[in-house]
Amino acid sequence: MSASRPKLTVASLTAGFGENAAIRDISLELHANAVTAIIGPSGCGKSTLLRCLNRMHELGAGAWVKGGVRLDGDDLYGAPVDPVQVRRRIGMVFQRPNPFPSLSIFENVASGLKLSGMPRKDLEALVQSSLEQAALWDEVKDRLHRSALALSGGQQQRLCIARALAVDPQVLLMDEPASALDPIATARIEELIHELKRRLTVVVVTHNMQQAARISSHTAFLYMGELVEYDRTEVLFTNPKVRRTEDYVTGKFG
Amino acid sequence: MAVDTQVATVRPPLAYRARGILRGLQTGDEAAYLIVLTSAMAIIVLTGLLVLELFWNSSLTRHAFGWSFLWGRTWDPVFQKFGALPFIYGTVVTSALALLLAVPIGLGSALFLAELAPRRLSDALTFLVELLAAVPSVIYGLLGVFVLVPFLEAWVVPALKATLGFLPLFQGRFEGVSLFSAGVVLAIMIVPFIVSVSRGVLLAVPNDIREGALALGATRWETTWRFVMPSARKGIFGSIFLALARALGETMAVTMVIGNTPTISTSLLAPGYTIAAVIANEFTEATSDFYIHALVELGLVLFGLTILINGVARLLILTTSREAAR
Amino acid sequence: MSGVSFRRRAVNAVMLGLMGLCTLLAVGVLLFILGFLFVKGASSLNWAFLTKLPKPVGESGGGMANAILGSFKVLALATAIGFPIGFLAGVYLSEYGHGPFPAVVRYVTDLLNGVPSIVMGVFAYTLVVLPMKHFSAIAGGLALGVMMIPIAVRSTEEFLRGVPRDLREAAMALGSRKWRSIASVVVPTAAQGILTAVMLDLARVAGETAPLLFTSFNNRFWSPGWNQPTATLPVMIFTYAISPYDDWHRQAWAAGFLLLASIFAINIAARFLVSRGFSHSH
Repeated sequence: MSASRPKLTVASLTAGFGENAAIRDISLELHANAVTAIIGPSGCGKSTLLRCLNRMHELGAGAWVKGGVRLDGDDLYGAPVDPVQVRRRIGMVFQRPNPFPSLSIFENVASGLKLSGMPRKDLEALVQSSLEQAALWDEVKDRLHRSALALSGGQQQRLCIARALAVDPQVLLMDEPASALDPIATARIEELIHELKRRLTVVVVTHNMQQAARISSHTAFLYMGELVEYDRTEVLFTNPKVRRTEDYVTGKFG
Repeated sequence: MAVDTQVATVRPPLAYRARGILRGLQTGDEAAYLIVLTSAMAIIVLTGLLVLELFWNSSLTRHAFGWSFLWGRTWDPVFQKFGALPFIYGTVVTSALALLLAVPIGLGSALFLAELAPRRLSDALTFLVELLAAVPSVIYGLLGVFVLVPFLEAWVVPALKATLGFLPLFQGRFEGVSLFSAGVVLAIMIVPFIVSVSRGVLLAVPNDIREGALALGATRWETTWRFVMPSARKGIFGSIFLALARALGETMAVTMVIGNTPTISTSLLAPGYTIAAVIANEFTEATSDFYIHALVELGLVLFGLTILINGVARLLILTTSREAAR
Repeated sequence: MSGVSFRRRAVNAVMLGLMGLCTLLAVGVLLFILGFLFVKGASSLNWAFLTKLPKPVGESGGGMANAILGSFKVLALATAIGFPIGFLAGVYLSEYGHGPFPAVVRYVTDLLNGVPSIVMGVFAYTLVVLPMKHFSAIAGGLALGVMMIPIAVRSTEEFLRGVPRDLREAAMALGSRKWRSIASVVVPTAAQGILTAVMLDLARVAGETAPLLFTSFNNRFWSPGWNQPTATLPVMIFTYAISPYDDWHRQAWAAGFLLLASIFAINIAARFLVSRGFSHSH
């Protein structure tokens, strides 16, 4: 199911704000064309870890990062690397859908592309393709120029996914993408993730263990900023090696 | 089991005990309500009175000139012929120039303070800029007369004439006091308003939008200009209109640097006059009732103009804050 | 890894730099104004200036004692007229403020706020100066007082609104009358904010000149009572600045510095109170 060459390598990553470290010394390898889930109780550092992967963490006040992240062998935190370019290679979808309110559906999907000055005629094909990949095309093809805010929550989230896909990233990071959605919308997102992994590497942060079990091939369990266990999903959930992992997945805490 | 007789039940003194549930003592509330209601009504009465007084005390000239007052070019107290056009012209031209200069600087600062500067620095700098708004008009006039005008004369106008002197806007002699000087002083005076209101509007734009844009790989400038600004656009226009309304009514600084001459000229370097300035200068010199009525009518025109612009501004800012709250 | 196009990065850098420059310009102007006034005016701000009357036209020396006192008088009157009305109306809007009539009151207050100060002067002239047939401190006080009203309304409403709902309900639950609960609980909680509001309101009108030009007018002598033309600092600054006398220019700078320093002091004190107030009540 998944290729063996790692796509993203995290090496001794430590990061935090001000005097506090939110994550400590995390190392793992994320596989290409696979979905990796990051689980753990609230405050364990899942979002921080995710945001370090596309260099969004450093935008916070007092934020700092130590250690490294490599994409296909390239050090993302190396001196000459432009964080803006990193974010083109590694896209992100947020917990609450955040379509740009002043733009139409079409313009939302195209917004990333417009930044690099792509001409209009090429845009249309790409927008359609992205919306199809996000399983939204059929629902919006007749109202591409209406406001994005007229869509339901689930549709808005798929719009945000389409927007992120339009710039052709190699990795897609998803921070609790379905937590603000109802069960039906959630199911559609999960289906989508299943499709997406064929072309991309996907990393999903989730507080929902059943979801992690459904969608991912590998799962990382974080607790209090540290990586407790990282393994194939079926192993982590049925036969965890660390006691704390077992306690968490069996619902003893968190 | 023993009856507890040791603890005497303490009761509040008679005056404070709960009385019967009858309505008896509602008067306190009613009296208070009446007092505050009266104050609120006083405001409406005062404003109505203001409008009425403006109308009553301009009746002579309104009846004499009718609407042609607005486009009359002559202002001649000796022959009692009064027209508002030179002043409307001066007011509009100086305000337009002020906006042209103040909007880029004000907006640039607002963007910097809202989007780029760290919060504490932004708060401190904003405080300083808002202090600028507290500087009285007459002080701007003082500095205008003794500092700005000589500066314009020595450095700016020669440079303008050298580069843009072919335009009719910059032709003719520059004597210091002029439409141009007034426009520049006004620009400095309205920058703080644009900064203050625009910054507030920008800060109200939800953070999701910035994160979404940055995650797409936008630079900071692109995030600010292409994604945050459009959401704040209406509110920013509102701030510009507010600044315009302020500029239209400015009196002291303008009258000290504009030259106070009721002529209409194409060159910005020539002296001019605004509605507020002529009222300030000539009110105490007005020898006849007719003259005073002409000045009050000018005040009425200015009043109408500012009400209109303020109204548009409020509408814009109100709709923006309602959208942001969604 | 190939970079983001050079053009985009260049645009980013240039625009960020420009925006910083604008801010620097805006802040720089303020510092320049303060500094310049200080340099030109502080040295002339001596005891003579503060205590003597103006000398006859053309003679050098003298001071602005009458203008300083006059400003105090006119501003005191303005506060006495404007703030109570504004405050009570603010209470009305915050405590009984739902429905069509309060909406009208708010709209009219906003309207009043937008009236140019010179028009306010015309209003006070028609209302007070014309019937009395002479200039007076009362007329000036009225003009400035009416200007203070909308600001007082808005600040009061804001501060009262900030008092939490549970506090009012607790007072009512104890069986107190609505007006009592407002007077003894809501207002004292917001007292500091209201004090700040007075100060800021005052600072706003303290520098106004235009409305005084034909209401309180001017006076080269003391003006006992309230019925006489009264010298005020802003009007003196204006008169002296546009005169041809160098000595008068010098005095205009001194007066300007005094006026600006006072206004800034009030503003800064008010802000300081606000920031302390929040930490105090939480």
